[in-house]
Amino acid sequence: MSERVAVRKTYKLFIGGKFPRSESGRSYLVQSANVSLASRKDARDAVVAARAAVKGWAGATAYNRGQILYRVAEMLEGRREQFVALGLPADEVDAAIDRWVWYAGWSDKLSQVYGGANPVAGPYFNLSAPEPTGVVAAVAPEEPALLGLVSVIAPAIVSGNTVVVAASPVAPLAAVTLAEVLATSDLPGGVVNILTGRLAETVPTLAAHMDVNAIDLTGVADAELAADLEIRAAENLKRVLRPAPADHDWHADPGITRMTTLLETKTVWHPKGV
Amino acid sequence: MFEYAPAPESRSVVDLKPSYGLFVDGAFVDPASGGSFKSVNPASEEVLAEIAEAGEEDVDRAVRAARTAYEKVWGPMPGRDRAKYLFRIARIIQERSRELAVLESLDNGKPIKESRDVDLPLVAAHFFYYAGWADKLPHAGFGPDPKPLGVAAQVIPWNFPLLMLAWKIAPALAAGNTVVLKPAETTPLTALLFAEICQQADLPAGVVNIVTGAGDTGRALVEHPGVDKVAFTGSTEVGRAIARSVAGTRKKLTLELGGKAANIVFDDAPIDQAVEGIVNGIFFNQGHVCCAGSRLLVQESVADRVLESLKRRMAQLRVGDPLDKNTDVGAINSAAQLARIRELSDAGSAEGAERWSPPCELPERGFWFAPTIFTGVTQAHRIAREEIFGPVLSVLTFRTPAEAVEKANNTPYGLSAGIWTDKGSRILWLADRLRAGVVWANTFNKFDPTSPFGGYKESGYGREGGRHGLEGYLNV
Repeated sequence: MSERVAVRKTYKLFIGGKFPRSESGRSYLVQSANVSLASRKDARDAVVAARAAVKGWAGATAYNRGQILYRVAEMLEGRREQFVALGLPADEVDAAIDRWVWYAGWSDKLSQVYGGANPVAGPYFNLSAPEPTGVVAAVAPEEPALLGLVSVIAPAIVSGNTVVVAASPVAPLAAVTLAEVLATSDLPGGVVNILTGRLAETVPTLAAHMDVNAIDLTGVADAELAADLEIRAAENLKRVLRPAPADHDWHADPGITRMTTLLETKTVWHPKGV
Repeated sequence: MFEYAPAPESRSVVDLKPSYGLFVDGAFVDPASGGSFKSVNPASEEVLAEIAEAGEEDVDRAVRAARTAYEKVWGPMPGRDRAKYLFRIARIIQERSRELAVLESLDNGKPIKESRDVDLPLVAAHFFYYAGWADKLPHAGFGPDPKPLGVAAQVIPWNFPLLMLAWKIAPALAAGNTVVLKPAETTPLTALLFAEICQQADLPAGVVNIVTGAGDTGRALVEHPGVDKVAFTGSTEVGRAIARSVAGTRKKLTLELGGKAANIVFDDAPIDQAVEGIVNGIFFNQGHVCCAGSRLLVQESVADRVLESLKRRMAQLRVGDPLDKNTDVGAINSAAQLARIRELSDAGSAEGAERWSPPCELPERGFWFAPTIFTGVTQAHRIAREEIFGPVLSVLTFRTPAEAVEKANNTPYGLSAGIWTDKGSRILWLADRLRAGVVWANTFNKFDPTSPFGGYKESGYGREGGRHGLEGYLNV
């Protein structure tokens, strides 16, 4: 008997709930796999998919979003060994799973923690509540490839935003494998879109895109590129999360700033009377 | 309209000096450059005072004074003591409110009835509100030990000079920052009187610094490498430039920018109340309000009735002397702003909208613009898209709630919106869908220090007021 010939996986982009190749037809080699090299057009297509998904995802109940994020954790747990086989440390994979669980619980607590009734000096009902800002473009850190990626995706989507994320260019296999997890977690298509390839190619397009509401520069290590992206983002006054410091501890409690920066606070007034 | 006898507020309560220096490190000083400009009363074009113009050297001196005060005095001071200074300032503002109100109306052109009954009470309330936070920051929801940022650079507009100062300075100081504030070049006087109030309160030198000047002074301030925080209220265009200038720095930024709010009137709304809300929405403060209800969206079935009532009501507005207690609409703040309002209004006529103003006698001297509405406005018209920042209302119609949402959100701005309907479920449905930071239902232009204010989209980011207002001044 000859040894069984393995079936290899094709690593593609994740846009609108589907796995297309780059429209440019290009790829680059990582860990013996040909990974799609996303183009500017792919970035724009991803924004279109993300925008189309906003209404349904932002309009879903917080309970529903929380259930889906928890489902992502369940699916990831089931594929734990697959990520370890890609070379990721087991404790990082575990932390990534736990991070989904942590954020899942936030979905129906954010409004109470970050909003509330305001005791105005007059006969008015006055309530402030957070809402998602819309489409978020994010840059995942190079390392840790999975925990870092989860740590930028989850805080963006838990409140109802949709996201286009540029995965770590040096470790894209974890990102595409995570996309397979997301695709089987009842997450509506377009809520998370993942681009692999060179940051310098796709991210400036996202930063300048007029239908993107916020940009998370967490993974941009090059200070000059980060400043350039922030300047581009000013054109439509995107909300900006600046790059994480090089010594950032990805295993620490993330706090709520990553979530709140991607939220809008809406305050509604109504008179009281009979 | 009834003839009213003139009822002017006396200006003798204000002690105007012929010239004012910069307020740096607790004292009034001459600018290094020696430059100056004039602040005029927009209702008469009378020169009120000569104001020092701060150059880069002056701004640098102010930032260094603020840094020293932050490191040596204000930063280490227990929150309890910072609170007491803020309470003191709030009290002095209440005690000197008449003087401040008259000075505000003189310098800005807004009716005394407004500066006295809206601006000044809110200014004092803001300092009271944030004073109480100074020693309670661990309870504000930003972690157990939130830290201040350092030196805050604050640039404010001319439409609510003292109120915008309060929105900026009160939360900054409560959180433990020190500030350098630049008031608008056309309305610096109440900020300079506020500097005197800081002296009267024995606020430590350098905690509050006021640098006067125009755009160049503001640019020098926000671009100064020694500031940790930039807070700006003003036009979206300048806000964009500031967002670019802080790119790649550590400076934390909050922006409160322009608006083009939809005020949506449904056919079941109480028409008289809605008309009061429409008038308040666009003619309050001469329409110099970033959250003004400048686009009236009225349901087609009641459009004629609403417009008829609105015109009748507009004919009762008294335009004139800002210091007269019966005045509803005061002077346009500057010649430049008047030119902008005229230019956009002319564009409205040229693009085919129908213009109407009540018969209205305007004073000969000063800067004036009659309350104006445009009907037959389409979404493509400039007057439906661009912020006019004057007493000019664009009227559009809609048929269904879904169409109202589409039209209301069809703007790059997202600061505020109004809803007028008797149906509660419709208010909540609509409020969920409007992309705006403040939604007033069956009311308009209400403000309170406990209530967060700020925009979506290109109306800026960050919130002022309430617990949310602290976040922009804390290292969280």
